Amino acid sequence: MNSPPYDEMRTPDGHTRRHYLPFNEWLNEASPQLIAQKREEADRAFHRLGITFAVYGEQEGTERLIPFDLVPRIIPGSEWAALERGLTQRVNALNAFLRDVYHGQEILAAGKVPRERILNNTQYRREMHGVDLPGGIYAHIAGIDVVRAGAGEWYVLEDNLRVPSGVSYMLENRKMMMRLFPEIFAMQSVRPVEHYPGMLLENLHGVAPAGEDQPTVAVLTPGPYNSAYFEHAFLAQQMGVELVEGQDLFVRDNTVYMHTTKGPQRVHVIYRRVDDDFLDPAHFRADSTLGVRGLFDAYRAGRVTLANAIGTGIADDKSIYPYVPDMIRFYLGEEPILNNVPTYKLYVEEEREYALAHLEELVVKETHGAGGYGMLIGPRSTAAEREEFRHRILAHPDQYIAQPTLALSTCPTLVEEGVAPRHIDLRPYVLSGKTVQIVPGGLTRVALRKGSLVVNSSQGGGTKDTWVVADD
Amino acid sequence: MLSRTANELFWMARHIERAENTARLLDVTYRTSLLPYQLREPGVTWAEPWAVPLVTSGLATAFYLKYGEMTAENVLRFMILDAGNPSSIFCALRAARESARSVRGAITSEMYEDLNAAWLEMRVLDYDAIEQQGAQQFFEWVKMRSHLFRGVTFGTMLRDEAYHFIRLGTHIERADNTARILDTKYHILLPSAADVGGAVDYYQWASLLQSLSGLEAYRKIYSDAISPRKVAELLILRGDMPRSLLSCMYLINDTLERICDDRSKELLRMGGELHARLRFGRTDGIIRRGLHEYLMDFLERISALGDEINRRFLVPTL
Repeated sequence: MNSPPYDEMRTPDGHTRRHYLPFNEWLNEASPQLIAQKREEADRAFHRLGITFAVYGEQEGTERLIPFDLVPRIIPGSEWAALERGLTQRVNALNAFLRDVYHGQEILAAGKVPRERILNNTQYRREMHGVDLPGGIYAHIAGIDVVRAGAGEWYVLEDNLRVPSGVSYMLENRKMMMRLFPEIFAMQSVRPVEHYPGMLLENLHGVAPAGEDQPTVAVLTPGPYNSAYFEHAFLAQQMGVELVEGQDLFVRDNTVYMHTTKGPQRVHVIYRRVDDDFLDPAHFRADSTLGVRGLFDAYRAGRVTLANAIGTGIADDKSIYPYVPDMIRFYLGEEPILNNVPTYKLYVEEEREYALAHLEELVVKETHGAGGYGMLIGPRSTAAEREEFRHRILAHPDQYIAQPTLALSTCPTLVEEGVAPRHIDLRPYVLSGKTVQIVPGGLTRVALRKGSLVVNSSQGGGTKDTWVVADD
Repeated sequence: MLSRTANELFWMARHIERAENTARLLDVTYRTSLLPYQLREPGVTWAEPWAVPLVTSGLATAFYLKYGEMTAENVLRFMILDAGNPSSIFCALRAARESARSVRGAITSEMYEDLNAAWLEMRVLDYDAIEQQGAQQFFEWVKMRSHLFRGVTFGTMLRDEAYHFIRLGTHIERADNTARILDTKYHILLPSAADVGGAVDYYQWASLLQSLSGLEAYRKIYSDAISPRKVAELLILRGDMPRSLLSCMYLINDTLERICDDRSKELLRMGGELHARLRFGRTDGIIRRGLHEYLMDFLERISALGDEINRRFLVPTL
């Protein structure tokens, strides 16, 4: 805890790590004017491209730019290979877990995960019990948030298996960097990520209802006021498929169609970016205007594939997170490659007692929270905040978990006062279909405020391009 | 293509064309207002040049409710910047950009970037900024942005259905606008019957032509003094004049032929009929019938055509 965090670019004795040498050279030679000019160019381009996100709680339709940092996050190829194996293993286990809890529930019978943790969880969708899905895949698109702590070991911070977002920033950041620094790309071989949309489309084709040779794929969005709308439109365009809203679809005879200028057209696979609750007013939230009446019946009848499946929230819920290493052992018979962050389950009395006595050192998270909302970061909290969380934990111990505060690794970042270290994380995107595929890298998020550990864009985080480079 | 997408594209194109036409209309009004122009019947406010853009767009009532006094500044504020006037340039560009944003997958990224850039410039403008750069400079900017967007569309877009619906929206809006502008001259711009053929009349016809990019074409084709009859011919029946009713109808009809199938026979019939009336129409016939009556009839027909397009393609019912 007291040693300085792992620096991605420099060794503790101040040497630049080998994989950062070419970029460092540019950085050392660039004048402040040139750097400022590159930053302005990037800002202008992002604004013109309309790469923005909407912020909840601000005036409707407010659009903001996610700050983009010019210093890339670079990962050596050999490290990436290990990370890739770990991610594949983890997502395979999570999909096996989802298949199991919605069918035979062997892992519950084996006592590896407490039955009541699953069956009483609001994320468990009873309606999905016994529903068979093509390939048995639930989390087709997974965003696994990983960080490096200590001397550089990788930890999984959380699994995002519902509608993980951010992949469009990964793609646009790369485009931007290639435009700003063509000479560095010429000097160093950076593994490409641009084929992600093609890979995603292929993946979605692979999970279409059986017997469909030419499946029609569509991206379902809540609409232009959703915070990730840019990404929904971007992915639909990149895949060359329709971007639909609920109002564009209808179900007849358990078959999903879209309204087109040439009449109704059948849809086989829906990459949905709408939450479970809003998918079908006939089965879930009746007040939803974002969904399609009858969609769930068509889904259950195997006439349409939803990606991700309904009910994946039971596997990425923070209260289930502590059990993932056991899932890997149980389903795959392997030891986990990636570390889990030690987690205190606050519904267990001894663990709760310990956590309450050590709130100042711990991070407390809501099990259903996301986006960096509803968190207590012990070392940076006030006594009043800790007191409030103590009450909240005691009132609903099963709705919180606590973890030690990790010293997240830092990466040099351009800030007001020049180049300074800022904490980062990484979200690689793992696609599961006929096979598991991951484009090298992912989205690196950076906490722009000095010392801050919160990288979420809604909390003032920015992004960086992520380079996986060949070892030499 | 999704019906909703077609609808957004159609309206995106209409709103850009509308912004351009509003700029043209205000531009000609501005020029007219600079002429040494004496009202023959003081107090007849409809003869005031600044009333023309309001009457043409059917917004006079809305304007008076909000601004009360007819001044150049008030009309410019209302027609350029007023967020409460759906036909203002501000609102038209905002609506176009919102449409583009909601279907950005259906247009090229160059088109979206271009339109978004126009909107980013527009949204920070206020009256002082426009006054400072000069209103005419601003009208030029709007026209150039519209030209640019059309050029980017023409140069980057696949000739697919999306392109056809954009083309349809552009030309329906343009036909509607040309007819309205032409009609105002006959109705509004005439200070008194005695002025027909007078100097004021000449300048008014000339600026009307100018607002439709038609003055140079007129000189080239007729090399003659401006006569209302020839202006009507140029703007209604000439197939080589890009803003004429015939040109618009030719493109609308051509587009309909490409997107209609067997289920759209009525639409094809309506488009074909309207095109044929223009293609084989004669100036004498129009004058005999009365230009105003002729234009009113055209506006009614083009609006009916729009309704049918809407029913058939844009807002489907099961």
